[in-house]
Amino acid sequence: MGTQAFDEIMGAGGQDGARPELADLCRWLDETPPDELRRRQHSAETTFRQLGITFAVYGESEASERIIPFDIVPRIFLADEWERLSAGLIQRVEAINAFLVDIYGERRILKEGVLPADLILGNPQFRPEVAGIRPPHDVWAHICGIDLVRTGPDEFFVLEDNARTPSGVSYMLENREAMVRLCPELFAKFRVAAVDSYPDMLLETMKSVAPRGCGQNPNCVVLTPGHYNSAYYEHSFLADSMGIELVEAADLVVDDDVVFMRTIAGRVKVDVIYRRVDDDFLDPLVFRPDSMLGVPGLIAAYAAGNVAILNAPGNGIADDKAIYSYMPEIVKFYSGGAPTLPNVETYRCREPDALRYVLDHLDELVVKLVDGSGGYGMLVGPTASRAEIERFRAALIAEPHRYIAQPTLALSTVPTLVEQGVAPRHVDFRPFLLTGSRGVQVVPGGLTRVALREGSLVVNSSQGGGTKDSFVLLPEHARGGGMTQAMGGMTQTIGGGLA
Amino acid sequence: MLSRTAASLYWLGRYVERADFIARLVEATLRLDVLSPRSAGEDAWRSALAVTDTEDGFAASGAVLARESVARFLLSDSAHPGSILRCLAMARDNARAVRTALTREAWQAINGAWLIFDQQVRRLDSNTTLAVVEAVKAETRGFEGAVHRMLRNQTTLFIRLGQAVERTDNTARLLDVKYHILLPEGERVGGTVDRDQWTTILQTVSAVTAYRWLYSDGLNPANVIDLLLSRAELPRSLAASMEETVIALTGLAKSSGTQGAADRMARNRQARAARTRTGDVIAAGLHQHLQALIVENAQLHDAIGRQFKFHH
Amino acid sequence: MRLSIDHRTTYRFTKPQGRIVQLLRVTPGNTHDQTVAEWHISVDCDARLREHRDGFGNRTTMLYAEGPLDRLEIAVSGEVVTSHSDGVLHGTFEPLPPAVFLRSTPVTDAGEVLAGFAHRMTEGHSPLGALHALNRALHERFALDKGRPEPGLTVDDAFARDTATPRDLAQMFVACARSLDIPARYVTGYCDLQDGRRPTPHGWADGWVEGIGWIGFDPTLALSPEEHHVRIAVALDAAGCAPVAGSRLGEGEECLDVEVRVSGQ
Repeated sequence: MGTQAFDEIMGAGGQDGARPELADLCRWLDETPPDELRRRQHSAETTFRQLGITFAVYGESEASERIIPFDIVPRIFLADEWERLSAGLIQRVEAINAFLVDIYGERRILKEGVLPADLILGNPQFRPEVAGIRPPHDVWAHICGIDLVRTGPDEFFVLEDNARTPSGVSYMLENREAMVRLCPELFAKFRVAAVDSYPDMLLETMKSVAPRGCGQNPNCVVLTPGHYNSAYYEHSFLADSMGIELVEAADLVVDDDVVFMRTIAGRVKVDVIYRRVDDDFLDPLVFRPDSMLGVPGLIAAYAAGNVAILNAPGNGIADDKAIYSYMPEIVKFYSGGAPTLPNVETYRCREPDALRYVLDHLDELVVKLVDGSGGYGMLVGPTASRAEIERFRAALIAEPHRYIAQPTLALSTVPTLVEQGVAPRHVDFRPFLLTGSRGVQVVPGGLTRVALREGSLVVNSSQGGGTKDSFVLLPEHARGGGMTQAMGGMTQTIGGGLA
Repeated sequence: MLSRTAASLYWLGRYVERADFIARLVEATLRLDVLSPRSAGEDAWRSALAVTDTEDGFAASGAVLARESVARFLLSDSAHPGSILRCLAMARDNARAVRTALTREAWQAINGAWLIFDQQVRRLDSNTTLAVVEAVKAETRGFEGAVHRMLRNQTTLFIRLGQAVERTDNTARLLDVKYHILLPEGERVGGTVDRDQWTTILQTVSAVTAYRWLYSDGLNPANVIDLLLSRAELPRSLAASMEETVIALTGLAKSSGTQGAADRMARNRQARAARTRTGDVIAAGLHQHLQALIVENAQLHDAIGRQFKFHH
Repeated sequence: MRLSIDHRTTYRFTKPQGRIVQLLRVTPGNTHDQTVAEWHISVDCDARLREHRDGFGNRTTMLYAEGPLDRLEIAVSGEVVTSHSDGVLHGTFEPLPPAVFLRSTPVTDAGEVLAGFAHRMTEGHSPLGALHALNRALHERFALDKGRPEPGLTVDDAFARDTATPRDLAQMFVACARSLDIPARYVTGYCDLQDGRRPTPHGWADGWVEGIGWIGFDPTLALSPEEHHVRIAVALDAAGCAPVAGSRLGEGEECLDVEVRVSGQ
């Protein structure tokens, strides 16, 4: 693994020549001494710590709040690469929405036998409680994060869909802020699409799906579990940058099937809720009769069409691990064409042929539990011990329907600042898509996670992963287009001043 | 503004003010203790407990009444809800819940104050006690400054309201306790111990210099009472605290377009205070006057909660 | 037959409550064999009531009441005309496919002992025969507990006892049926075959047989419900179709008093 990986800057061939469009980045890496890069990286991390962009469960002491390491070398997508990738992402997210409309409505996809019915109907993520409810404008998955890996210039694979409450967008924005401040010269070399309009795009999306009849300026709020939640920074950041209230469940009250927030001047009607709490804690009357958390009556208000909830309750069925391997069929069913963006090849062990193949190739494959609830959920064949492989073999034979298997991929690498200097490290990518009443938009950027350890494929922040800024280059012919303005204008001035 | 946000800001103001007051009280008591003969020193700490209304709580902790034990109880006892440590933890918790409403500077002051206890407080001899007190005072001063530099909007008004209500309570208690503390046997009114006790009060409200500016005839209890009761020039006086309460409530009424029972109570109280002369109060009974004020202040606190719907 | 129903639920609170929001499942729907002639929900305080249908197709009512309230009484009364049906359901509103009712819930997940029992009692039977056999076997195994059901009792714990409430019998029934891969669901409603006043509405079960459809089974009475039963709601378990799911805002304790009278003519 790793040795033959495609490097997104240097290309497939290793050292003898960077990809021509990105030669400027190589030059920048050659010209900027590692100590200078390190100084800037340190400065970015100091800012993040001061801002409180922290993760991990909030404990007793400030020291237990860690930041995710930030890498100063950006990852760059060429304009035409991005265009092709976007088409695939839009197709996928449109299919996810169509799937949710269908599965909680007519269930055509089951009637036509495209998916095994028990896979959906028996899945705990399929919530009968919201079956039959039609969200305003029929949008279910308003904010999606699609996790991708890459193996070549145009070879992207979806690793996971996130259609519930995907997080990480605050890193995308803060990483860009840091890059503009610390490496202005890069924005003079490259024409980078701006991401700072994300809060405006999100607010527009929220307003576009407001229930009919709440006027020009619907009241939108962000619903957070509270300041003990590990993603609280992002919740408050988003509410703040959209200029809307950040509410907790206790701030909301439902009366006569209408949602209100409690303010010092009395109750104020709420029309659109971007919720960052799980389905289970939305409405104790519907989802968890044993729980006191949530807003009693919220689902009734939602079913009555008096409030929009982003993302819609019940979305878990669209990004469930057990559904993932059927996504190509799902995309094909709703879009009518072949999926542009493939899945990582997946063997469903519930199918006898697939199981046989998996048992014969355990040492090459990654085996995962589909319901993920089993604790020791994963076997990485190439690095596993004999005993581990045999343990999984027994488990697979006993309960094949609980497992899927995938080949290990040669994930792409991007130059990254490490102790020894700049070296290739494996990355993945989470772009964000917004769906409102007027269709799907791709945010030109996203969250790149990087495995800081040499050869490692694990990008999780809990296991030594970091993040990078992700540049999306504008097409040559786009001059000062709407998307670039704020950031483009600002960087040019700074860049010009320094040059 | 969300009612919960308003409640958090108000409580943030109250807890920061309370932490600051206890810090000053401990500092002044420490000085009194050092200056006094042994038995009077013990009385000093007993009265510090009385001022914070925590004699029962201290007794229940099982500790023997002494400088170290009381200082620890008031500063860093995590089991005592009225300790500075707990006040700052509550302040920080409220600040965190409204993190985006605060400036970074204001947040850092709260966080910094809370971190003092994370690091140093293991043993409390009189040196470390003073160091902790100094550090707490520095951070609360920093917070005060940061709030003054924030936008004059509902956010700062709720913090100031909380501070003013808390300050009214604290000053009334401080004065009341001194007034009915008995001088140790053999000491005379106007003697050294008595003088030290009055000086301690002035120190607790940072008013030693102010006193000299305002009164030319040396230290005298009636003047100290007058200063704390009715001189609005002194920020920690009852007159100033009541005025500040009215200012904060009026600002909130203006920005929200509504006013209610809390506004009326606060204005009435201030008008009555303006008509009251210190001499009359002393003659009629300072203790009764202060007790009534403490009760009225608690009623105002409840009215504020109702008016801004702090509780559901 | 004509059944008249009077179902009174009274909450008393030790401290006045600021607000109450409740989800009520107390309204029967019309089917081929069940016609609602008259139905009222009345509440003894100022309240707003809103009609809904939930994902299972049940008729529900949202109740919003503003405090201070130290008690709340919900009186449900009406008349329903039923006809003989052999337990097979016709004309019920069924928004969900039967396969949804194969999934278990935390309280209806049959452990080894209960699943073993289900298996032994039904060996060699067709699915329809198996459901009848289960109905009989559960009825015979337990003496009837006429008291109030214990909240949150799991089917495994209920199975270990000598007596069982109608709720527990019905929950054990659905758990057993699902362990045999037969879709089954919990039903709440009213029944006039039980003597006198009842502390709760009645509970029984439906089982799904391919080619026939949903069939009712009442293990409390060892029969299939027909004209003596009035159906109100179905769900995966009893909690899912509880007559009242409530949330109140205020401190203190609550004391609940439920009285159900059903009489048939």
